[in-house]
Amino acid sequence: MGDAMILSDLTQIKARELAARKKVVLRVCLAAGCMSSESKGVKERLEQAVAEAGLQEEVEVRGVGCMKLCCEGPLVQADPENALYIKVTAQNAPSIVAALKGGKAEVARTDPDAPFFKRQLGIVLANSGIVDPERIESYIALDGYQALHEVLHEMTPKEVVDAMVASGLRGRGGAGFPTGLKWGTVAKSPGAKKYVICNADEGDPGAFMDRSVLESDPHAVLEGMAIAAYAVGADQGFIYVRAEYPLAIARLQNAIKQAKQLGLLGSGVFESPFNFNIDIRIGAGAFVCGEETALMASVEGKRGTPRPRPPFPAESGLFGCPTLINNVETFANVPAIYRNGAEWFAGIGTEKSKGTKVFALAGKIKNTGLIEVPMGTPLRVIVEEMGGGAPDGGRIKAVQTGGPSGGCIPAQHLDTPVDYESLGKLGSIMGSGGMIVMDESTKMVDVARFFMEFCMDESCGKCIPCRAGTVQMHNLLEKILQRKATVRDLLKLEELCDMVKHTSLCGLGQTAPNPTLSTLRFFRNEYEELLQPDKFGPPGNGGPRESARTP
Amino acid sequence: MAAKTLTIDGKPISAEEGATILQASEEAGAKIPTLCHLDGVYDVGACRLCLVEVTGVPKLLPACTTTVAEGMDVKTDSERLRRYRRMILELLFAERNHVCAVCVSNGHCELQTLAYNHGMDHVRYDYLFPKWGVDNTHPLFGMDHNRCILCTRCVRVCWHIEGAGTKNVSGRGAQARIITDLNIPWGESDSCTRCGKCVQACPTGALSHKGSTVGEMERDRGKLEFIVLAREKKQWVTAD
Amino acid sequence: MLATHSTSQRRRLQAVLEHASGDKRFKILEAHMKKFQFRHDALIEILHKAQELFGYLEDDLLLFISCKLKLPASRVYGVATFYHFFTLKPQGAHTCVVCMGTACYVKGANKVLAAIQEDLKVKPGETTADGQLSLLTARCIGACGIAPAVVYDGTVTPRQTAESALEQVRKWVTP
Ligand SMILES: Cc1cc2nc3c(=O)[nH]c(=O)nc-3n(C[C@H](O)[C@H](O)[C@H](O)COP(=O)(O)O)c2cc1C
Ligand code: SF4
Ligand code: SF4
Ligand code: FES
Ligand code: FES
Repeated sequence: MGDAMILSDLTQIKARELAARKKVVLRVCLAAGCMSSESKGVKERLEQAVAEAGLQEEVEVRGVGCMKLCCEGPLVQADPENALYIKVTAQNAPSIVAALKGGKAEVARTDPDAPFFKRQLGIVLANSGIVDPERIESYIALDGYQALHEVLHEMTPKEVVDAMVASGLRGRGGAGFPTGLKWGTVAKSPGAKKYVICNADEGDPGAFMDRSVLESDPHAVLEGMAIAAYAVGADQGFIYVRAEYPLAIARLQNAIKQAKQLGLLGSGVFESPFNFNIDIRIGAGAFVCGEETALMASVEGKRGTPRPRPPFPAESGLFGCPTLINNVETFANVPAIYRNGAEWFAGIGTEKSKGTKVFALAGKIKNTGLIEVPMGTPLRVIVEEMGGGAPDGGRIKAVQTGGPSGGCIPAQHLDTPVDYESLGKLGSIMGSGGMIVMDESTKMVDVARFFMEFCMDESCGKCIPCRAGTVQMHNLLEKILQRKATVRDLLKLEELCDMVKHTSLCGLGQTAPNPTLSTLRFFRNEYEELLQPDKFGPPGNGGPRESARTP
Repeated sequence: MAAKTLTIDGKPISAEEGATILQASEEAGAKIPTLCHLDGVYDVGACRLCLVEVTGVPKLLPACTTTVAEGMDVKTDSERLRRYRRMILELLFAERNHVCAVCVSNGHCELQTLAYNHGMDHVRYDYLFPKWGVDNTHPLFGMDHNRCILCTRCVRVCWHIEGAGTKNVSGRGAQARIITDLNIPWGESDSCTRCGKCVQACPTGALSHKGSTVGEMERDRGKLEFIVLAREKKQWVTAD
Repeated sequence: MLATHSTSQRRRLQAVLEHASGDKRFKILEAHMKKFQFRHDALIEILHKAQELFGYLEDDLLLFISCKLKLPASRVYGVATFYHFFTLKPQGAHTCVVCMGTACYVKGANKVLAAIQEDLKVKPGETTADGQLSLLTARCIGACGIAPAVVYDGTVTPRQTAESALEQVRKWVTP
């Protein structure tokens, strides 16, 4: 581990980085989406082309994180000219270098001033696509770790908590719990040992925001965790990442190693009495482990089953100690809040939902990728202006938010602003940020069945309503889809939805009926069209007693 | 210890700080249905039968894991609670094969009793008829997975009271299942001390003494309480 | 443990430990446990390593882990079967993971899966009769921007169709 770092070291690193900056920077996306389209080969070819042209002194080829328009990848961006090349291949990459000398690149470009980019506001993703996620110096050059220094030397833990309260930040993991309040509770909980956990389980299918943040700007998360640890009095952190994200895990491991080498993690950070270490724990494919108590059981090496709260993790969490648990995106907001001030942050967004939200835009939409917009942006702006609407002239039918815990918002409600309360009113939730667009070809009952199957498979099996209830609800949905159900079955389904929602132990069961309930609310006709006439007449007039086997 | 005053079903009572609503309700004479709760072992709040309404709290709370608070107003019975409890029981009956007429526990089964008490005379959900096996390899005890409701009472007494760690749950969701050691036949288990606590703990006919026939499997819950008191409080109370 | 209870289980463990002394992979695994000071909370990390080394988690391997970590066998088995990522059966020489997350599903991942199932006569979670290919499904691999995505032997491949997927997997199995 290196010598204790001081502020002047930080500024020196920054100055060195800036001085070494070359005239032209070619940024190649090396996040998972573009990597799967061979962007690594593109980067190598570009480097080779630069060398062949003898431009090493003037041109830097830099691997960066997500540049947001994932569907057009691999993406290459050229600075200072601000040209954005799309679908670059190893074959046509050299022409980008040739173009620097006045030729014409034989690569398609997209307009970096299109609404997809112009409408975005980067706080969490400010560095994404700019910083080199594999080099800590690159993060420091963008003022990284300055907020940590300031917090450690100029603020008491209480002041740090107060500032978080003032910022109005709410948890980005789904429920939107006020972050400052949570920090305050952990800070006040008595205990010599406390933990900070970063929830990077991102189990919501169709969401990849946290993955992109970790792959594109891992140090922002580490810095956020360190500031939180100082505020609550913790000296050990864990990042729980799902095993499906190997690249994110590798980048995090690398980032932690670099931060330790520079003394930004470890003991006596910035010559203060603050000690903080971070370990990675790798998930093993269980959606329920995103739930905080299940996650902690998993970190303890046990079966990832939730337990009743209270006690809340803030009082008794990991190994029985007070534990702060926040989402990746929540932590990624932290450095910017302390760098720019809580007031600055509170000035963005709406009355009750502050700041920005990152969404993973996917499904039947032209532009798929990552977007970060101020809270309160209308859905219509997101899917029509930024997303470009349905591809091939189709029509948008609904937008699904919140994954298996959320709901489908029908097209007639597209003017709804995205904030916690508005989405809740429509029977959906903000969720972690997955946003799946559906067009006219999508059958809503099938969507409900899809999510119910997901919850059934992912139920931990501990409590009866969720374990047995999801199976029965799935069977009923299956029966409706096969046109074998009657109105009686539909009523049974609704009754089960209500029961499972109100009696399940954890959030998984409590929200499992949401996709069914929301499609029933807005697309009930699609269910009814599939029903068969009931040979016993309408329910309520003494129909059959199904499976009347007495126990 | 400080006492808390609260009302349960309209009755004002006082309870020790840290007591659960379930414990306090006994004093009030209210009978809250339970399945996964077992006196003497820690609670897991899994069966959800003991859910109660608390004025001012939007969510239903499990009586077995919720501790009393000053001024709490608890309702242990309502039309809605009864409906939910009945549905939970129906789900259990549909989930595995509970054919009471041929069960060793017929007449002494907690699940059966609860079903009667809740007027559950038929099941509205499709029976799943799973094919779970029976493990008869142990010289003293038998395990019929078809009658298991996964309350984990056996697992908890095995770990917490006996300390052997023989039993656990494998898999998850509807595939969850009680296992012995490395999922081996019970009779081959080294860790099992043959203490029989799990058999005493089981609320249904899933675990039984060998040789019991229909309706014969009665349990001596007093034995468990005796051991728990002895282990935890170092008190050996033989007579009640 | 009571001496009178010594049975086949014991002998099995003895055999496992004997066998382990001659297999380098067990040494690597034990070194990994040592890194975690044989702590109980490291169980999942150890299982990850074991699967990486051996390909799947055989009963004997789980017995070895439970013995070294001094954990009841039932706990090790309970944990290993809780998580989808761990497999207790040997895998095929190649793997094909079809993402069945929401984005991939609405873009037709079910058709890709059905085509492979039909063509190779395997169900998700199974391996072809010749042991060449294991067909698996995933719940979103975080590549929704390029849906539907399929992972062939660890390589994420974008925008798959029934045809492109069949072309890839047919290369692996004996016709
Ligand atoms: C079934 C279930 C899955 C969850 N999955 C995640 C997840 O993948 N990532 C996450 O950050 N939070 C998830 N949560 C929410 C967490 O329990 C917890 O509220 C969150 O990590 C708190 O962080 P925040 O306050 O920063 O939002 C999940 C909750 C439930 C009930
Ligand atoms: S609601 Fe589902 S996932 Fe949550 S504890 Fe109950 S069974 Fe497990
Ligand atoms: S065997 Fe009996 S005690 Fe054990 S989980 Fe099943 S029903 Fe409960
Ligand atoms: S007795 Fe309380 S949840 Fe089962
Ligand atoms: S849904 Fe397939 S990668 Fe996300």
